[in-house]
Amino acid sequence: MPADPDIPRFPFPPAPAPYDFGPEMRGTMAKCPVNKVKLPDDSMAWLVTGYSETREVFIDSRYSRALVFAPGRPLYGVEATLPGSMTAMDPPEHSRFRKLVATAFTDKRIQALRPAVARIVDDLIDKMIAGPRPADLSHEFSLMLPASVICLLLGVPISDVDKFHAWSNAMFGDWSRSQEEIGQAFAEMGGYMAGLIAAKRAEPADDLITLLINARDAEGKLSETELIQVPLQLLAAGHETTANSINMSFVALCQYPDELARLRANPDLIPTAVEELLRFVNIAGSSFVPLSRVTREDVCLGGVDIPAGETILPAFYVANRDPAVFATPDRLNLDNPPKTHLAFGAGAHHCLGAQLARMELQEAFRGLLTRLPNLRMTIPLSELEFRDGQAIASMRELPVTWDDV
Amino acid sequence: MTWRVTVDAAVCIGSGVCAGTAPGRFSLDAAQRSAPARALTEPDERIRDAAFSCPVEAITLTDAVTEEPVPLDG
Repeated sequence: MPADPDIPRFPFPPAPAPYDFGPEMRGTMAKCPVNKVKLPDDSMAWLVTGYSETREVFIDSRYSRALVFAPGRPLYGVEATLPGSMTAMDPPEHSRFRKLVATAFTDKRIQALRPAVARIVDDLIDKMIAGPRPADLSHEFSLMLPASVICLLLGVPISDVDKFHAWSNAMFGDWSRSQEEIGQAFAEMGGYMAGLIAAKRAEPADDLITLLINARDAEGKLSETELIQVPLQLLAAGHETTANSINMSFVALCQYPDELARLRANPDLIPTAVEELLRFVNIAGSSFVPLSRVTREDVCLGGVDIPAGETILPAFYVANRDPAVFATPDRLNLDNPPKTHLAFGAGAHHCLGAQLARMELQEAFRGLLTRLPNLRMTIPLSELEFRDGQAIASMRELPVTWDDV
Repeated sequence: MTWRVTVDAAVCIGSGVCAGTAPGRFSLDAAQRSAPARALTEPDERIRDAAFSCPVEAITLTDAVTEEPVPLDG
């Protein structure tokens, strides 16, 4: 069959501004909620941009994660590190892993952690106040907060956090990142974690790694390989995602000074603002390929017939701008009525750390907006630099200053 | 044994974890709030998985006769 020249290539070229989509994405989402695209290896996929269609892909069991990892099927970027992990499984197999860790991430548990997280926020801000201005919000605050929190939760020594920064940078590679490079970072992390598990077997602690060790040693609920993999995935997943969400959210607020002023005047609005920021901000880089699914059977999605065995790309960050659902999709608007956004996905793979991320963002903005008067960027949006080709849109730095405390 | 399945709509955040974990056993309304497809059901491990995995613990399982809670970590 001759190649159809009308089928666009995906990923699209980078968007001209970090809070907008480029003309290719705009054109695609305006045409239909489900569109055929061509991937870098010339294989075909279906890019899903509508809100209800994206939710359907996330929730409906006819869209499989396990089939993405079927033998012989090519894997891209960070997905190459995921076979055998819980994100590569469908229920009920997936549920076995999810249940091992779900209790540590329930809303009740997360709310109990809030005072400890608030203390970490205050300590980081104390250090910023004691240090020079401008400060780099990204490295002095945004990266340190989630790294400290996930280390605390898992029981990883905070002194080793720099190692995880380096490994997770290598792992969140783009399409051009070599499998060897990603694989080596993953292997080094595995070696580190095996050592830590041995230490905690000898000396148990009140943390998630010890809980997983007990689930293996006392109850046989997971294998030794899985015991190493599960904490690594939690570390990787809970780290740069939250950091960049804090960075991108602060920069977004700076673009909407009226909303920022409202939030400063009324910090009770912070939980509402966090939900609107999660909807509005896309932390994925332009080369990010949404967590794909493969159709288990023939389906009809958004009026489009799709055969079994096809690749589906649920572009949740585009669905979060669906004008059929959100009144002012392309504007940060604290008055947008609360709707269930898709920043954490949905369905069986709904972000395990969603409640933790929400709480960290709330505490981060409580600290930043109430303790650092008139906190502001010292460079314009156009001068922000992002690291090339990251699955997560990492800022090189985010220079900020504030008035005397 | 028969289970009674309830979802606290005031607590539900619309994650869809239940509907994805236990296909056909939960439905989501227009506001993405969950409800059990059937309030009374035979014991069903997929429903137990869903209740255990709910991020806000909005799902309750009870023995329909004794009203005793069904252990989720079964």
